[in-house]
Amino acid sequence: MRAISFSLNGVARKLTVDDTRTLLWVLRDDLGLTGTKFGCGEAVCGACTVLLDNEAVRACATPMSAVDGKRVVTIEGLAHEDQLHPVQAAFVEHLGFQCGFCTSGMIMGAHALLLKNPKPTRSQIIKEMEPHLCRCGAHVRIVQAIESASAAMAGGAR
Amino acid sequence: MSRAKDVMEVPEGWGFVQTMDRRDFLKLTGSGLLVLWSVDPLPGQTAAAPQRAAADFNSFLHIGADGRVTCLVGKIEMGQGVMTSLPQLAAEELGVPLSSMDIVMGDTDLCPSDRGTFGSLSIRMFGPTLRAAAAEARAVLVQMAAERLGLPVADLEVREGIVRSKTHPARQVSYGELTAGKRIERHLDGQAALKKVGAFTIMGQSAPRRDALEKVTGKAKFAGDIVPTGALHARILRPPSHGAKLLRADTAKASAVPGTRVVRDGDLIAVLHEHYDEATRALGLIKATFSPSPSKLTHETIFEHLQKVAPEARTTDSRGSLSDGEKSASQIVEQTYLKGYVAHAPMETHSAVAMAEKGKVTVWAGTQTPFPLKTQIARALNIAPEKVRVITPYVGGGFGGKSASQQGIEAARLAMASGKPVRVMWSREEEFFFDTFDPAAVITIRAGFDAAKKIIFWDNTIIGAGGRGSALFYEVPNHRTAVRGGWNANPAGMHPFATGPWRAPGANANVFARESHMDMMAAKAGMDPVEFRLWNLSDPRMRRVLEAAAKQFAWTPKPGPSGRGFGVACGDDAGTYVAAMAEVKVDKATGRVQVVRVVCAQDMGIVVNPEGARQQMEGCITMGLGYTLSEEVRFKDGVVLDTNFDTYELPRFSGVPRIETVILDSPDLAPQGGGEPAIVTTGAVLANAVFDAVGARVVQLPMTPARVKSAMKG
Ligand code: FES
Ligand code: FES
Repeated sequence: MRAISFSLNGVARKLTVDDTRTLLWVLRDDLGLTGTKFGCGEAVCGACTVLLDNEAVRACATPMSAVDGKRVVTIEGLAHEDQLHPVQAAFVEHLGFQCGFCTSGMIMGAHALLLKNPKPTRSQIIKEMEPHLCRCGAHVRIVQAIESASAAMAGGAR
Repeated sequence: MSRAKDVMEVPEGWGFVQTMDRRDFLKLTGSGLLVLWSVDPLPGQTAAAPQRAAADFNSFLHIGADGRVTCLVGKIEMGQGVMTSLPQLAAEELGVPLSSMDIVMGDTDLCPSDRGTFGSLSIRMFGPTLRAAAAEARAVLVQMAAERLGLPVADLEVREGIVRSKTHPARQVSYGELTAGKRIERHLDGQAALKKVGAFTIMGQSAPRRDALEKVTGKAKFAGDIVPTGALHARILRPPSHGAKLLRADTAKASAVPGTRVVRDGDLIAVLHEHYDEATRALGLIKATFSPSPSKLTHETIFEHLQKVAPEARTTDSRGSLSDGEKSASQIVEQTYLKGYVAHAPMETHSAVAMAEKGKVTVWAGTQTPFPLKTQIARALNIAPEKVRVITPYVGGGFGGKSASQQGIEAARLAMASGKPVRVMWSREEEFFFDTFDPAAVITIRAGFDAAKKIIFWDNTIIGAGGRGSALFYEVPNHRTAVRGGWNANPAGMHPFATGPWRAPGANANVFARESHMDMMAAKAGMDPVEFRLWNLSDPRMRRVLEAAAKQFAWTPKPGPSGRGFGVACGDDAGTYVAAMAEVKVDKATGRVQVVRVVCAQDMGIVVNPEGARQQMEGCITMGLGYTLSEEVRFKDGVVLDTNFDTYELPRFSGVPRIETVILDSPDLAPQGGGEPAIVTTGAVLANAVFDAVGARVVQLPMTPARVKSAMKG
């Protein structure tokens, strides 16, 4: 057990936990943030993707020790009050989901991509999103959504 | 957001009624108009469903004094979009705006009984019932308005939930005003007239998805996200292989972990902990010994095994005389096609949460079959079915795999045994182990055409896939289809693990075989594969669909293999007709297939929600890439070797082609299935495109690079 301090969706948090536990289950079970999903537990599906200091990471493979002193953003921290983040708005507009189970991870992955590369080409989008699985087959619309979010953000939407 | 304190807290906007228990619902529905079950079930409903309606509140619709309409359906939402399209049907017939509709789904205490959400039946079979209920409600309300306003029914029309006089529009009354303070029950007799297609204002328009906001903000609750106060995760001790029996288990070390409880209920041994990961660690401390699996099969020997043990052939379809046909044949083609086991692999693993309280058990489950699950739970716990309530939150993908919901029974048993609310979320490994796989199949077709290049006989023997999708819509005077086993009702030992319905069960294998065979015959006949099909096809509906696909694709006739990498395939499923065309590139050095473009045309009758229908078609084509190119469950001696997505390869972004969908205008046909049809042609259209590209015929799915290469070597 050890005290871990980090910022979670902009709020400072301090937790005393076994620091070999993973961020995924601490988020879901200790903090009640169930928007981050469990799909594989072995960093091979992308459903649990969150931002750690603005980089996309798989929460299921991120030990709490790696979170200490860092900034964590989850799907719950993306919208501002009632205002959807442009990536979320684009997923709604293009229907970039069906069952919605991969969606949190997809949106966080896309958000991380646009933070480091605001105007990605289609092949850069595909390369970045490649580790994210979607069994429902929403891929075509997810790519469209990311392209349109990129355009909206360049237009100063946010 | 903090953890849900109140167990009844469920997603916002999901429909208010689901947040209540049955008593509150009874109070709420003390007034207003309820349309209830008829005594005779309507099409698409189970005969077992009718109960004393008023007492059991098996209602379809409730119209409240505030004018809000609640649609109660036993179906569930797993991404296919019926949460959005079913209210469209009801709103259309009722004459209310879509925004005034709420929907409650898959709650066995509140919704009318239903066999399950599968088979593309929701719109096709349940849709008419819901429309009838809404039409009935409208008729009743208009009658009430006539009395209230002192006007003849013929003078009244409904718009946006308001009944008004056609001649004196100022004389009007709203649905809410009509039902306020009254309790009106109507039993559905299906007599009220439905709206005509030309009068539709809501059906046929793309409606915004009702689940969109919750799904992009992480607020959508799936079964694993519902956390009753004090709930514990359960990780269950599992056998290493199918057929292995538990001999001994030493749980002392696991029990010693702080915060852990080991619970045993008969053969079920589980470790409970508030945190999933800690429960998993403790589970790893159990020392268990199992007997070896009796199974000696592998994914390679399975095909021979199936041919030996499959049940006797059942002729499902026959016409004319095969031997007469064979006599007039100028060319005969015979080929056996193989397909391995395929996993459902929904991104949400089977999950459920159960809570036992005052002799009543409530289970939130990710299931396609809440009502059958309720019965199964009651049986497993040996309690009356009335004591069990199954609530279905959002389901994270099903594809047939969540028709089996063993996890719901496990959660209920463990909640009973522990006295605590229990959460069961299968790991990905458990998901691959307990999945009810799409069965492996061996399909042999022997067929011939005559001097005029007309198909003269067709003899098809199907092992493992069942008959779905095997029907011949081509003109063939002499044919026979014989089926030996499907996804269910097989003799013990036929499959080494469970099999079950997988998106369009069996049709993927059957259409792969039939349409590959059509292509082989076209090539033998020296004809373009589209022309050969049209030459042997008189069904006007299928001809129209094929021609629509060809037009969109800009198909130009050339006998295969043309080197262009173009393929075609036709299929019918769930009442819908599909034609697909594809362009592929094959890397000759590696055998890797890259799909460049897929065009899919579909006649699905009246389309309720066009954008939703396109999403389903795209989803089908994308998912279909998996069973066609990469997905096959590997196993040996009862052990499932694929345990996660590192080896079991789902379609990914880089493999998804450009997809173009064409939905034919078909106003004279009632709405048909939309969630499955477009997947059935994927295997064949790509196999045919590979043949067209490199002249090699791949007869086994999935068409892995190694299989493509070996086909190229001949
Ligand atoms: S759950 Fe973390 S990548 Fe799949
Ligand atoms: S929307 Fe269902 S897995 Fe992506």
